[in-house]
Amino acid sequence: MSDPRTDKAPLLSVRDLTVQFPTRGGLLTAVDQVSFDLADGEVLGLVGESGAGKSMTGSAIIGLIEPPGRIGGGTIHLRGDRIDNLSPAEMRRVRGRKVGMVFQDPLTSLNPLFTIAEQLIETIQTHLGVSKKEARERAVALLDEVGIPAASRRIDDYPHQFSGGMRQRVVIALALAAEPDLVIADEPTTALDVSVQAQIIDVLKRLCSERNASVILITHDMGVIAETADRVAVLYAGRLAEIGPVRDVIQNAKHPYTEGLMGSIPSIKGTESRLVQIPGAMPRLTNIPTGCAFNPRCPKVFDRCEKERPALLREGQSEVACWLYDEERKEAVT
Amino acid sequence: MSDPLLQVKDLTRIFDVSKPWLNRVIERDEKQYLRAVDEVSFSINKGETFALVGESGSGKSTIAKMVVGLLAASGGEIVFDGQAINPADTKAMAAVRSRLQMIFQSPFASLNPRWKVKDIIAEPMVSFGLYGEGNARVKRVEELLELVGLSAADAAKFPHEFSGGQRQRIAIARALSSNPEFIVCDEPTSALDVSVQAQILNLMRDLQDELGLTYLFISHDLSVVRHMANRIGVLYLGALVENADAKELFLRPQHPYSKMLLDAVPDVEMTGRPRVELSGEIPNPITPPSGCPFHPRCSIMVDECKAKMPPSIETPIGEAKCFRPEFQL
Repeated sequence: MSDPRTDKAPLLSVRDLTVQFPTRGGLLTAVDQVSFDLADGEVLGLVGESGAGKSMTGSAIIGLIEPPGRIGGGTIHLRGDRIDNLSPAEMRRVRGRKVGMVFQDPLTSLNPLFTIAEQLIETIQTHLGVSKKEARERAVALLDEVGIPAASRRIDDYPHQFSGGMRQRVVIALALAAEPDLVIADEPTTALDVSVQAQIIDVLKRLCSERNASVILITHDMGVIAETADRVAVLYAGRLAEIGPVRDVIQNAKHPYTEGLMGSIPSIKGTESRLVQIPGAMPRLTNIPTGCAFNPRCPKVFDRCEKERPALLREGQSEVACWLYDEERKEAVT
Repeated sequence: MSDPLLQVKDLTRIFDVSKPWLNRVIERDEKQYLRAVDEVSFSINKGETFALVGESGSGKSTIAKMVVGLLAASGGEIVFDGQAINPADTKAMAAVRSRLQMIFQSPFASLNPRWKVKDIIAEPMVSFGLYGEGNARVKRVEELLELVGLSAADAAKFPHEFSGGQRQRIAIARALSSNPEFIVCDEPTSALDVSVQAQILNLMRDLQDELGLTYLFISHDLSVVRHMANRIGVLYLGALVENADAKELFLRPQHPYSKMLLDAVPDVEMTGRPRVELSGEIPNPITPPSGCPFHPRCSIMVDECKAKMPPSIETPIGEAKCFRPEFQL
């Protein structure tokens, strides 16, 4: 596998992205210098626990950070064009057209007062400028593709007439309506039952790979990531802890946090009597420890971790923000 | 160890979901009923963990509420250690209540935000009149806090000062304060992050070993259930379709729904196991399918399944309600 950065420009390039919220207690950093690239057709999983900055990273890319939050630093390039400093009007043209979004709760992302047809046709006409008749034909074809039975009839139904799984299919159709290059899916299956979750993941995967669209899949569920993603980025306290090919991260985690996280997942055929547990909890964003944010909970902590924030260090095919993988340290140990 | 502590027999709960009377008259509608729990039978031995799994709307939480007496059953019976659970019989319930406790899903909703932790944990002792004088209760609260991995100093704090995992520990301490033998855990970790979930699951297992507790564990997460339970009951639309030994169920599920549910679990180990294409969703429980409720989604359905509900039959690993269980194919 080649390094995506030595190839032609990646689809999405995020550099040192920082999202901040001014609060009474000072500036709160929800996303702290996160960098990653995304190639065409690639599925990147963003995982982490609540408050790790997963959704905030997604919102920053699509320009939906609610004030008073703001992008406090870094750049985001989509196909070589900078998109983090666009005006709201310019951003609206990117959103939907170039970047589609699937949110967690399908009921809140669909307007209950309009039929599915109205919502889909509006989206298609806004971005693709086709006639209403053609937009409707496209809408029916899309619904058919996402697996809604009798699409030509059901298109005139309202969101409440669909079940949760069917609604999420509609939202996927909506996100893909303008043929975007990138789809950001923020916990797309968290509100659904397991048997429906599997179907939705299959639909999302199939449609995006047919269109060669890249996906950023934000989830806390490692199982979903294992089945879907090509690469995974693990976030902790707003910082990137580890990023690498999915198999490496899941089966051979390098960062002690990722290792603990993987061990804490009960296995479906596990024989272990106890789960690995990481002591303590993720620090509050107002109170992030100096040095490595994970150092108070880390079983492999040493003095450098408390003083200096680790850089992203290359280790095999992954990049890890951990001093254990520093060349000097490795030499000292061996 | 094999005497059942809790026995549930043909437990049924029907909810009236009819429109108001005037609407029924004007729109000429019939009364509508929802069978949330349909003739469910199981028993739990002392010291064992029995888990109920199923998707939303399968009746898991309704069973939990009936078992602790928060909801009256429409039919069937629940016997706890020889004593029938019937919320209407207040005298008999008073005797048994302190022995049954419950841990709820959301530790944000289940703790009163205006109460200090010590009052929350002491409340069951107060209402059951345990640990008489003030000083004994304070000591007991401190003991319980340490037992669940918090510190005695936390007693003076309010719930908002704690994280989700710590709040669930407080909820566990409260459940333990009346010295119960049996705890109903309704999705105790589904509001928590995985690393915190691991801490809570480990704690619950340690407490079970230490105090000899019996759990009824309710979850939609099969991997959590696999980790916690000795026996598992699989619910579908209110019916207990399979009841089997936990380990065996994961190796050779007998009911096609159990099989489908296991297939749907994402594969974290990345073994690349082939996956059966899933289809359909849970039907509307107000108008359930005839016969076996699973037949419209079942891949091995025969005509008989449409006609009548299959009886419970013995399988090599437990029981299943199916005309064509795996071991007979």
